[in-house]
Amino acid sequence: MIRLKDVEMSYDNGNKAIRGISFTIDDGEFAFLVGPSGSGKSTIIKLLTGEVEPSAGRIMVNGFSTSNIMPRQIPLMRRTLGVIFQDFRLISNRTVYDNLAFAMRVVNTPTRSIRERINYCLDLVGLTNKASNYPTELSGGEQQRVAIARALVNNPDTIIADEPTGNLDPERSLELMELLVRINELGTTMLVVTHEKALVDLFGKRVIMIDEGHVVSDQVGGYRLHDEENAYAGGSDYAWT
Amino acid sequence: MPGRNLLYFLHEGLVNVVRHGFMSFAAVGTTAACLLIMGTFSLLAVNADSILHRLETENEILAYVDESYTDEDTLALKAELEKIPDVLRADFISKEEAVVDFAAQYPEEELFQSLDPEILRDRYSIHIVNIERISQISEAIRSLPGIVKVNAYEDVAGGFVTLRNITSLVSLVLIALLFVVSVFITANTIKLTTLDRRDEIAIMRMVGATNAFIRWPFVVEGAFLGGLSALVAYALQTLIYNSIANGVTRNDLLKLLRIVPYENLSRIVLTGFLLSGLLIGVGGSLSAIRKYLEV
Ligand SMILES: Nc1ncnc2c1ncn2[C@@H]1O[C@H](COP(=O)(O)OP(=O)(O)OP(=O)(O)O)[C@@H](O)[C@H]1O
Ligand SMILES: [Mg+2]
Repeated sequence: MIRLKDVEMSYDNGNKAIRGISFTIDDGEFAFLVGPSGSGKSTIIKLLTGEVEPSAGRIMVNGFSTSNIMPRQIPLMRRTLGVIFQDFRLISNRTVYDNLAFAMRVVNTPTRSIRERINYCLDLVGLTNKASNYPTELSGGEQQRVAIARALVNNPDTIIADEPTGNLDPERSLELMELLVRINELGTTMLVVTHEKALVDLFGKRVIMIDEGHVVSDQVGGYRLHDEENAYAGGSDYAWT
Repeated sequence: MPGRNLLYFLHEGLVNVVRHGFMSFAAVGTTAACLLIMGTFSLLAVNADSILHRLETENEILAYVDESYTDEDTLALKAELEKIPDVLRADFISKEEAVVDFAAQYPEEELFQSLDPEILRDRYSIHIVNIERISQISEAIRSLPGIVKVNAYEDVAGGFVTLRNITSLVSLVLIALLFVVSVFITANTIKLTTLDRRDEIAIMRMVGATNAFIRWPFVVEGAFLGGLSALVAYALQTLIYNSIANGVTRNDLLKLLRIVPYENLSRIVLTGFLLSGLLIGVGGSLSAIRKYLEV
């Protein structure tokens, strides 16, 4: 479960990125976080991963209070999260398999349970046959699916994704979003930051919209998938306001 | 270090060393050179100290007793002399004994074999514990009533004390300086590996690896570089010391210095090098990795 209560945050240069945000995402929920560029979406992700600290308010992430967490606890808190970025962030000199194994190894996963878990996750993202390829040998969509598999291998309670479709074409974006929805249906809480309103509208999930560091709306809505008239046609950005 | 991960850390650390072959080589070379200089100066100081110590134990101050003193008064002087601070003991040598000793020193000289003891004086042979105070001690002896003359090699002793003090000081300054230099160089080498592993470090942090876990491969790398430097420095030090020692013993004049045999020192040198090498390596790696572990 993720809970933000009256959170404010300023960067070192005095830039006030978050100006009082509250919302809760329950276990098993799927939520989009949308808003114009510079509205504070990535900053919220960084607050959740403990990369930056709030200047006011309280943040709970899967039972950890990141607003007054002890430094030693931060790694434990991060193990409950899977994080996905726009730029994939795979290790280029390791194969797909080794990228996943690395993520498990460094949190002390016993060697014997690594192979089984990786095979399961690669199967889930449809990349079993690419296990021994290097990231540079994969398409953007495939690389992002590796990143999703990596976010999944340590069996996190929550996955947070910061513009996971930002570098993908419309078809790949749609596929990827459907994959995230499927993973959510298997029980993982999902928070997805995106620019693409059209894509968001297709899924009819909860949408938290922020602007200038405030929540401006928080509701379930959007078009249904397979609605011919409003069929998803590509990643053009809507004006959010 | 959890045992299960030991092999992993060793492997990753060695991969780092090999991947930056040239920088690793340069770091080992520089660190070994620094250790060698530190070692050479320490050994110099050790030898100076050993010579001083020998001077202390072997060197005697001779204090000659006034001829007008009665035997009783002369013997009473022993207690007076031993009361002086830093005097270990004062041994009485009668003029008769002195004549015999003297004759024994020159067995070939006919003339010296039958000297009249009366031409010599009764004397005390005085051993001291702190040669640095030899001047004050001989001054104190000289001022005792009944002592007419004092023979002490103050200049020689003073020279050695100064030499020893200078080598100790120079060694200390050099060791501190070179230590910092070595740590800096090792840190820079390891910074290079942290630089091309920064993606991995970022991912480790993201998935929740502990700082200790992230640190270990770099600590292993540093320890390996430091350990290797120590072994190289030890090999060179052995060579250098032995050849200098050989040169000194072969020289008729210098052999009086009596260099401390390397066998007595080698274990300490090796331990010292290994400890400093590891300290340098681990210190360098920790300083290199520090900025990656802030949040
Ligand atoms: N490291 C930083 N230092 C100072 N200011 C920052 C920093 N990162 C972001 N900001 C500022 O904080 C505000 C929010 O930035 P943030 O990255 O959260 O926006 P965003 O919603 O993710 O935008 P985008 O959709 O373009 O990714 C912006 O005004 C930005 O300029
Ligand atoms: Mg952003």
